[in-house]
Amino acid sequence: MRIAGKGLNAGGAPVSFSFDGTIYEGREGDTLAAALLANDVRLVGRSFKYHRPRGILTAGSEEPNALVTLGTHAAQDPNIRATTQELYDGLAARSQNAWPSLKRDAMAVNDLMSPFLSAGFYYKTFMWPKSFWEKVYEPIIRRAAGLGAISGVTNEDTYEKAFAHCDVLVIGAGPAGLMAALVAAQAGADVILADEDSRMGGRLLAETYSVDGREGADWAADIVARLMAMDNVRLMTRTTITGAYDQGTFGALERVTHHTAATQAPRECFWRIVAKRSILCAGALERPIAFPNNDRPGIMTAGAVRAYLNRWGVAPGKSVTIFANNDDAHRTAVDLVEAGVKVAGVIDSRADVQALGDYPIFTNGKVVGTKGRLGLESITVQHSGGTRDIRTDCLAMSGGWNPTVHLTCHMNGRPTWNDDILSFVPTDGAIPDMTVAGAARGVFSTHGCLEDGIAAARAVVDTLGLDAVAVDTPSADDSAYRIEPLWQVEGKGRKWLDFQNDVHVKDIKLAAQENFRSVEHMKRYTTQGMATDQGKNSNVAALAVLADATGRGIPETGTTTFRPPYAPVSIAAMGAGAQGHGFAPERHMTSHQATLDRGAPMIEAGLWYRPSYFPKQGETTWLESCNREVGMVRNTVGICDVSTLGKIDIQGPDAAAFLDFVYCNTFSTLKEYRVRYGLMLREDGHVMDDGTTARLGANHYVMTTTTAAAGQVMKHLDWVSQALRPDLDVRFASVTEQWAQFAVAGPKSRDLLNTVLDADIDGESWPFMACGDVSIGGIVGRLFRISFSGEHAYEVSVPARFGASLFRQLCAQAEAMGGGVYGMEALNVLRIEKGFITHSEIHGRVSAFDIGFGRMVSQKKDCIGNAASQRPGLLEAEREQLVGFKPVDKAEKLTAGAHLFVEGADAVRLNDQGYVTSVCHSPTLGHDLALGFLRDGANRHGETVMMVDHLRGVKTLCEVCHPVFFDPDNTRAKETSNG
Amino acid sequence: MRLPCPLCGDRDRREFYYQGHAVALDRPARDAGDGAWDDYLHNRDNIAGEVRDLWHHEAGCGAWIEVTRNTVTHVVSGARLVRGTAK
Repeated sequence: MRIAGKGLNAGGAPVSFSFDGTIYEGREGDTLAAALLANDVRLVGRSFKYHRPRGILTAGSEEPNALVTLGTHAAQDPNIRATTQELYDGLAARSQNAWPSLKRDAMAVNDLMSPFLSAGFYYKTFMWPKSFWEKVYEPIIRRAAGLGAISGVTNEDTYEKAFAHCDVLVIGAGPAGLMAALVAAQAGADVILADEDSRMGGRLLAETYSVDGREGADWAADIVARLMAMDNVRLMTRTTITGAYDQGTFGALERVTHHTAATQAPRECFWRIVAKRSILCAGALERPIAFPNNDRPGIMTAGAVRAYLNRWGVAPGKSVTIFANNDDAHRTAVDLVEAGVKVAGVIDSRADVQALGDYPIFTNGKVVGTKGRLGLESITVQHSGGTRDIRTDCLAMSGGWNPTVHLTCHMNGRPTWNDDILSFVPTDGAIPDMTVAGAARGVFSTHGCLEDGIAAARAVVDTLGLDAVAVDTPSADDSAYRIEPLWQVEGKGRKWLDFQNDVHVKDIKLAAQENFRSVEHMKRYTTQGMATDQGKNSNVAALAVLADATGRGIPETGTTTFRPPYAPVSIAAMGAGAQGHGFAPERHMTSHQATLDRGAPMIEAGLWYRPSYFPKQGETTWLESCNREVGMVRNTVGICDVSTLGKIDIQGPDAAAFLDFVYCNTFSTLKEYRVRYGLMLREDGHVMDDGTTARLGANHYVMTTTTAAAGQVMKHLDWVSQALRPDLDVRFASVTEQWAQFAVAGPKSRDLLNTVLDADIDGESWPFMACGDVSIGGIVGRLFRISFSGEHAYEVSVPARFGASLFRQLCAQAEAMGGGVYGMEALNVLRIEKGFITHSEIHGRVSAFDIGFGRMVSQKKDCIGNAASQRPGLLEAEREQLVGFKPVDKAEKLTAGAHLFVEGADAVRLNDQGYVTSVCHSPTLGHDLALGFLRDGANRHGETVMMVDHLRGVKTLCEVCHPVFFDPDNTRAKETSNG
Repeated sequence: MRLPCPLCGDRDRREFYYQGHAVALDRPARDAGDGAWDDYLHNRDNIAGEVRDLWHHEAGCGAWIEVTRNTVTHVVSGARLVRGTAK
């Protein structure tokens, strides 16, 4: 029910919204909860386990009950708290966990079964038979329990992430936070003030307090305006600080457009804020009281009743009762009476209290029962004068306030029990460089909060070397907080603690009785505090019940661990920017467009995209294209973009010595303008990477790495240079992106090059493994006579900006000569025919010895991996060594990943002799080929072994051979004629 | 988590690549023997307390740094460039 003229949004425009299909009218500035209460909607959901009717309990992000679903299809957003969801025109909310309707929920039968569904029930009951748990019990339980459902459709909303840095992060913009931010800002600090609400002011927006003789909300608005006018202050509303992490890093969730129907802007933004100092002014959360049937719609916290009344002008009931163990009861009564709402009684558990206004008071009072199936109708009260029933549709309860200590516990800190306020307060120093002020550390009066905020900020700016400007504490209420213990009320009916997970007092007692006495055990046994609200308004009361049941005090019982996030954060927000290309960006070669134009399917090589094969008209399978491309290279000429290989430019007087140290073989002896194959070991003696390195001058080398290991090798060179050999005067830089490089391979490769080079080359000036600068259309490029195909071949490179044009030119020339462009499939066949290794072979567990390169590990010098590579275990004949395999029956298939066995032996692990690493069909030789590792393989050429692929069901008898299948003398690559 | 790169200042840990214990700086001589090499390559203490470990400022300046931090409190008490600190 709305009270005319009341509320901070009294002048707000009407807003139309719907709940479960019924259209209602709210008011601009309302939350969904406020608007529902204004329309007298009390029943908003069904509980998790027993499907009990539930209403709105709180007015903040700690809400356990009022969870609704917004949106449909891909935009479906479940478990939205009605208490924080701002109203907008056309908002359509649906209730959850109820079927067929909220008022007639079939699963409410669970509630009648409750004596059988107590804590630990699942563990005890659904034990046997064992196989039934997964197949029968769990699916049934999961269907019956639960909250909102996700759509199952890919979320198409956008989310964002952002980073921010500041001197002082002030968390919470109530009286303490506003003063802290103001003092820090006036001292010149770079300040971020964050608050989860849409409007700053904290409890000042919900109370009738005055500050400096003015309405608290107006005073807060003034301070916010002052802060907004300062260049060194950033104000972040709708932003929840979700976690405190190492070195002053905080997670924060900004709800960017949840308060609008707009879909263009991101829904949420997840911030990582780095602050030199932080001031936690997160306030306090009110706790309910555990009395029988305290969960009926219409029963809510007293602070929430005041918030709905004062901020939104909504009376949550026509005849309100109040039950408390502290002065909150009377503040609520006074506010209601002043607003013209009937107060049917204040039930105060304390003896020595007087009414502060015109309302009935019941001292020594307790609510021992409630009635009303879908909403509160009456309560039964025991008090000094006896027992009576009171008709009421709203009961405001207050069991005291818990300082919001959560963030202070995120780095293993434990809060300290404070007997004066019967609650936990933060322990000093729990988070480095964090100061806690105001209600968050148990200072509950408005004056106290203002003063504490000022003091905290003064101390903080001092540690930053700044001078605080003197500020007078604004005048405000400074009355003491008076509370007496009251955790539970005896009586018939369940006394609910955790409303969201349906945990009641008896469950906690049962846990204690069954010896789950540790608070962490009790939590898991009962699920207390394990729902999405993380027990914000129930944990302390549950601890108190456990303490009582185990005969210990609350401090000895301790708390469970508070972990981030403070409030639920959608995975979409945390992972913002990390989907699709944000997760795996694409690296394109300069030939990318030309490759797509030719219809080549792409394959991924790390982040790179490389052509698989280039289909010609009439070709229907990849193998057809691949075979043609291989033949083209073997017989005429082929072009292939090899720019993805890592290229590292190395220069300096000690460049040669540096290479001698990182490669197991020697590069100082390499002549200028020559290229050498190099093998790089890890320090543990296994092969890290291989590639060719060209010497372009006395002190200038260009190293190539495999595509996959380019980053790893660069990091490794940095390591060796900085940590192990700082004595060497050498500099290097990755130039992978700077040069486009193309293989020109085949008998006609030189003829082709001579059509594009400004000066012709011949076999004498460019023998095998020569390199140097060349001029191409006036551009200085580089030419390397190297071959990964075994053919007479070159790699030509130009600055990347000329790559696309050179590629098109090379392709056109190749095609004119009867050749063409080839892809990764053909490249792979060409290298397997020649026994060249890739990371399929040097996969991290093989030594130089294993691949037949043992002698390459020069013993004339030290190098990375030298000492370890000489360990006896890495040189044993019994090790699996690189060999080739051919099928004995040439028509049979070989498969990669297959294992090798002695013919006739069982194909089981104990008989394993090795495995196949690379396989191709060789169009050159007319049958399948494979590379692989075989125990003592170097000595077994000519033997036959059985290849067994259990996965694909293939079994092939193979001949073991030398890994080079084609042109073993390398005569084709070394071709010198000038014809 | 933030690490103080001696060249770039405080940076988010996402910019760094983690390597392991700073014992890797004390590379034995080639002929130091199997025991010394085994310790260097494989044997590591799992320290609860102050550790020195190696990080590469991969997405920054490319410097390898030795960071002193506490695995219990997570306090980072210092960082220096490895260049010039090895034996």
